[in-house]
Amino acid sequence: MSLIESLPRVRSLRLPRADGLVQWIVPLAIILVWQAACETGFVPARVLPAPSDVALAGWKLLLSGELARNIWVSFWRAGVGFVIGGGIGFAFGLMNGLSQLSNKLSDTTLQMVRNIPHLALIPLVILWFGIDESAKLFLVALGVFFPIYLNTLHGIRTVDPQLIEMGRIYGMSDGELFRRVIFPGALPSIFVGVRFALGIMWLTLIVAETIAASSGLGYMAMQAREFMQIDVVVLSILIYAVLGKLADSASRVLEQLTLSWHPAFQKH
Amino acid sequence: MQEALRFRSADAEPLDRADFLEQARLARRGSEGLSRGLPLTIRGLRKSFGDNEVLRGIDLHVPAGQFVAIVGRSGCGKSTLLRLIAGLETVDAGTISFGGETRPEDIRVMFQEPRLLPWARVMSNVEVGLGRDRASSDAQARADKALTEVGLDDKRGQWPAVLSGGQKQRVALARALVSDPRMLAFDEPLGALDALTRISMQRLLERVWHDQAFTAILVTHDVSEAVALADRVLVIENGRIAHDVNVDIPRPRRRGSADLAALEGSILRHLLQTADHP
Repeated sequence: MSLIESLPRVRSLRLPRADGLVQWIVPLAIILVWQAACETGFVPARVLPAPSDVALAGWKLLLSGELARNIWVSFWRAGVGFVIGGGIGFAFGLMNGLSQLSNKLSDTTLQMVRNIPHLALIPLVILWFGIDESAKLFLVALGVFFPIYLNTLHGIRTVDPQLIEMGRIYGMSDGELFRRVIFPGALPSIFVGVRFALGIMWLTLIVAETIAASSGLGYMAMQAREFMQIDVVVLSILIYAVLGKLADSASRVLEQLTLSWHPAFQKH
Repeated sequence: MQEALRFRSADAEPLDRADFLEQARLARRGSEGLSRGLPLTIRGLRKSFGDNEVLRGIDLHVPAGQFVAIVGRSGCGKSTLLRLIAGLETVDAGTISFGGETRPEDIRVMFQEPRLLPWARVMSNVEVGLGRDRASSDAQARADKALTEVGLDDKRGQWPAVLSGGQKQRVALARALVSDPRMLAFDEPLGALDALTRISMQRLLERVWHDQAFTAILVTHDVSEAVALADRVLVIENGRIAHDVNVDIPRPRRRGSADLAALEGSILRHLLQTADHP
């Protein structure tokens, strides 16, 4: 008799119709503890304002319209930068994955550029673009480019050669081979790149907005610091967390939709 | 009797109740004259990979519709021979001809791995086998027919990932059959299956070969499989055909019968001799 069998049987903890809510238990608990710590004076308000104060600050900013405007500006920068950088990364990944010549021409250069931390370019970017939109878009696009490029390339390189041989035997044209074998085969890896890129996208944007911007969430936080509005600073940080979570969830939904064939995504 | 197949594994080929009729039909095959299969003629075939000469002069004629098994020790060149016949490798010297013009759809290969597209449902995987006819209006109907042939018509909407190894291999067989090939080349198609599934797959192969009357070339390391299925067994040693054995045992063949066992024994002896005296 094995050890597992000898253990008393315990009914597994299951919350009825609330499986989706389980993941929110921990964040909620953290907020509660935080609120309690502030109420009791254990954490002074100068160090960390209570969640209720943060919510109140958020409410005021919401009423003035400032919050919505700043979120929208940040969201727009993130999205446009992501589409530009991701699109270029995807295109290079495809070209270098499919063509030896293209790979020989550009891969070495790209690998060298990759090793420069893109945030190190901020001084240069400010000199080039000033602090207007193109500076932020450039930085986000550059940051997003590499994870998508590398994972697209890797995905295409690791498509099962036996499947490619099969496709050729069954008379698939190059276009068909790409559409039916290579691209779907590379898709899981491309999604890994997208999720990495989403993380880098927010990181880049926050840094760029705190250093050189006149609008956006990062700018809002920096302004608040000037006026010692610590509740607004904390609010901005929390909004970043929520936006990051939203982006991640969006990519998960997309994965579920396109990778339903994959054993890891099958519903049981 | 050795026919201990009263119980069936999960993906065993569904044996219809008219199994005896089926067997009688197989027995009649000998009397049938014309076959739609392709004849195969190979002359002076040589193939090297770098300094390694894998095939050193193969001469072979396979009449239309024959079931030929190729056996040999691993590395003897049997898979290379099959890949050359299927056009997957280029010939160094010699000729391979099929008695006339062939279309790519006429010759199909089945590998040890099913090589199904994991992101395409069973039905679309079978449709891949239609080659250039994929876009034709009857593509769906033909794929359906091929799936029914291998007994998987109820799985057409499934993802390959949920199928068992035997079922995947049957989908691969349906994909190979859907273009009505005139020659089917099998490269150890049952090598990765468990013993029971293997036996039911062997019966399935024998049945579709009989029904569709293609020429079958089966590369296998399993001598008992070779003598059970083939009209003729070729033993390849050191890149040449060392033995060409006719299997004059009427179908349906009873697995484990004395004549099959005797033939298997003599072929195995040939193979083992070269192992002892290389």
